[in-house]
Amino acid sequence: MKGYRKYFAKKALWFVVTFAAAVVLNFLLPRLMPNDPVAAITAKSARGISETWAIRAMYERYAQEFGTDKPLLEQFFLFVKNAVRGDFGVSFSQYPRTVANIVSSAVLWTVGLQFPAIIVGWLLGNILGALAAYIRKGFDKVIMPASLFLSSVPAFGIAITLLTVFAVNLKIAPISGGYGYDLIPHFSWKFIKSIIDHYQLPFWSIVVMAIGGQAIGMRSMSIYELNADYVKYSRFLGIKDRKIVRYVFRNAMLPQITGLAMSIGTMVSGALVAEIIFAYPGLGTILMRGIMQGDYPLISTVTLLITAMVLLSVFLLDIVCGLIDPRVKAAQYD
Amino acid sequence: MKNIFKQAFHSPRFVIGFSIFACILLTMLIYPLLMPGNPLEMIGLGTFFRPGTYVSVYDALDADSRTIKLSDADDNRLAKAMSDADRISMMEWLAVAGVPAEDIDLRDTHGLISLWKKYYDPSVRPEGMTKAKRNYYERLNNRLVAVTRADTITMLSPDAETGEMEERGRVAKTDYVNVSDVTNVRRLPLGTDNFGRDMLKELVSACGTSLFIGLVAGGIATFIGLLLGLLAGYIGGLLDDFIMFFTNIFTVIPSFVILILISFSIDQSQRGALTTAVVIGLTSWVWTTRSVRAQVLSLRNRDHVNLSKLSGHSLSRIVLTDILPYIASYVVMAFILQISSGILAEAQLSLLGLGPKTTTTPTLGLMMNWAMLYSAHINGAWWAYYPVILTIALITFSLNLMNTGLDQVFNPQLRS
Repeated sequence: MKGYRKYFAKKALWFVVTFAAAVVLNFLLPRLMPNDPVAAITAKSARGISETWAIRAMYERYAQEFGTDKPLLEQFFLFVKNAVRGDFGVSFSQYPRTVANIVSSAVLWTVGLQFPAIIVGWLLGNILGALAAYIRKGFDKVIMPASLFLSSVPAFGIAITLLTVFAVNLKIAPISGGYGYDLIPHFSWKFIKSIIDHYQLPFWSIVVMAIGGQAIGMRSMSIYELNADYVKYSRFLGIKDRKIVRYVFRNAMLPQITGLAMSIGTMVSGALVAEIIFAYPGLGTILMRGIMQGDYPLISTVTLLITAMVLLSVFLLDIVCGLIDPRVKAAQYD
Repeated sequence: MKNIFKQAFHSPRFVIGFSIFACILLTMLIYPLLMPGNPLEMIGLGTFFRPGTYVSVYDALDADSRTIKLSDADDNRLAKAMSDADRISMMEWLAVAGVPAEDIDLRDTHGLISLWKKYYDPSVRPEGMTKAKRNYYERLNNRLVAVTRADTITMLSPDAETGEMEERGRVAKTDYVNVSDVTNVRRLPLGTDNFGRDMLKELVSACGTSLFIGLVAGGIATFIGLLLGLLAGYIGGLLDDFIMFFTNIFTVIPSFVILILISFSIDQSQRGALTTAVVIGLTSWVWTTRSVRAQVLSLRNRDHVNLSKLSGHSLSRIVLTDILPYIASYVVMAFILQISSGILAEAQLSLLGLGPKTTTTPTLGLMMNWAMLYSAHINGAWWAYYPVILTIALITFSLNLMNTGLDQVFNPQLRS
């Protein structure tokens, strides 16, 4: 147990450190840029105003609002203090609404969509990859190039293909949104059915995105394991093939969990793009709208949330990995 | 080096990938020579023209016409004048008029029209049919009659001085013009985009820009990754801890997020293709650093390196002659992957509206962005985005194939 506790503490510490780094980056990157974001915002809203004193007043007002007139360190502590309280400022594009208000509902949509989809895609990809490694002939010849091509198709390509085939041409799924545009969110069978209908296409496009890369990884992992000494020895002992395959699958899957932790950032960014294609009311769509309208507080909050979500899932995956993989625990005793 | 190339071409995967990539490159180089001109010239007024050959109607009138008699010409004209909904309405009328359902074939235009001519009577008022519906049938009938009635169309043009209409010629139903006789014909193999620009020309040009972005981004990422990996792996110690600390942080923080933050902070007017490429390169060195470091770590204590050290060779010489040649293949593979991920990153950024803001050069991502902004996918304008997706997929696919092919050559374990 001691080794495991040590492992957990180490991972937790690492999570805190990376999260702190992410917060600093999120704060610092836009402020390090040579151009002054406040000036850009003022220029945008001062279009058509010619009096310099008015523009100056606007600039000062904005500078005060964002605290850019204070020293950088003080700004940072203010930023952290507000963020901890859940105060991310006021949105530019949807003026009286606070960023926290806009983002809070989007987070639920995004988590509800991406979490199950990535898990299902990961599982399906692993099963296909293991099958390709085990069967090899024929099946492998189809699965391998298909997965390789599938993982080459950009995320938005898969989303658009599903959208045009199933929603525009076959008309068996809705084109966009998270629920029917004629419905008001409430708890009823009709509303839930609408949510499920709108859920299908974004869900499956994220699943398809995840399958390709995972299948390739799992295949090479399984081939490696199938050639390992313990497999040869088990065969020699006359252990049934099915039992050996189970051992191989379990051993090959463990590195795949670490692999998922490593690639989850890429997957989430692909899934965000899929959300945009389907106009799903999640963080991706909000981010896109924020970018189009130059809504700075909204963008920085969304990027911070995405990072937090990714870091948290990496942390959880590390914990899971430590729980089920005895090798990780054993490494802590050294 | 020559040997490495020879070996690489033994792998079928590498050969396939290389040929696809070479085809793309050749098209990119040759096509602009065949079709010179500005790829962003807006030639079409209107959005999303279908792919096909566009023949000037004006010139077609002047071209020599020949008489060709085709028996199904009228039927084709009628078929084009009837929508699927019209056909169903016609069937409903015929059913009311007492034609048995098995005699009516919706797809058979000729049979449907002859039944229609036989049974349609504007004076009949079927029971329960609204006036609006009866009017609709009358309009439909008039339209069908009009399609086949006129045998010739007379062309008139106003006299320059008096403004009086003068007859310029007649076009008969059986007049045909050879497309090659028409003076102005424009082939648009992929139609036009939302701005009325030739999609194929734009795509070829965009492909070049995107490859440039991929190369620059990949080059920068590989260079940084190589440098940091060599430093961390060979010198080790505190420097290694320091570099690995940052590498580990950037491994888990999604580079996409950092890319968004930086791109958004750069003013739109300053965000050219090169800037985007540099930004992408600066955010994607992490994996190269990791793998180079791991390789260097395993090389560091090999006998030939130790021998070099004992001989008093300088650090740079040891790195250049004793370490770099051993990791060169990995670096090349990493570079290939970086190119494709750079192209993908640009496409995703542009889709979010953070791509290079140039009105002079298109990129694959910008083309995608334009198609999405103008809802090409909902309007059924497949030619505005599928060729772009396919191009990106083909480039990435060919680079990935080359990568796995090289992998097979350099890692004998993977050969099977």
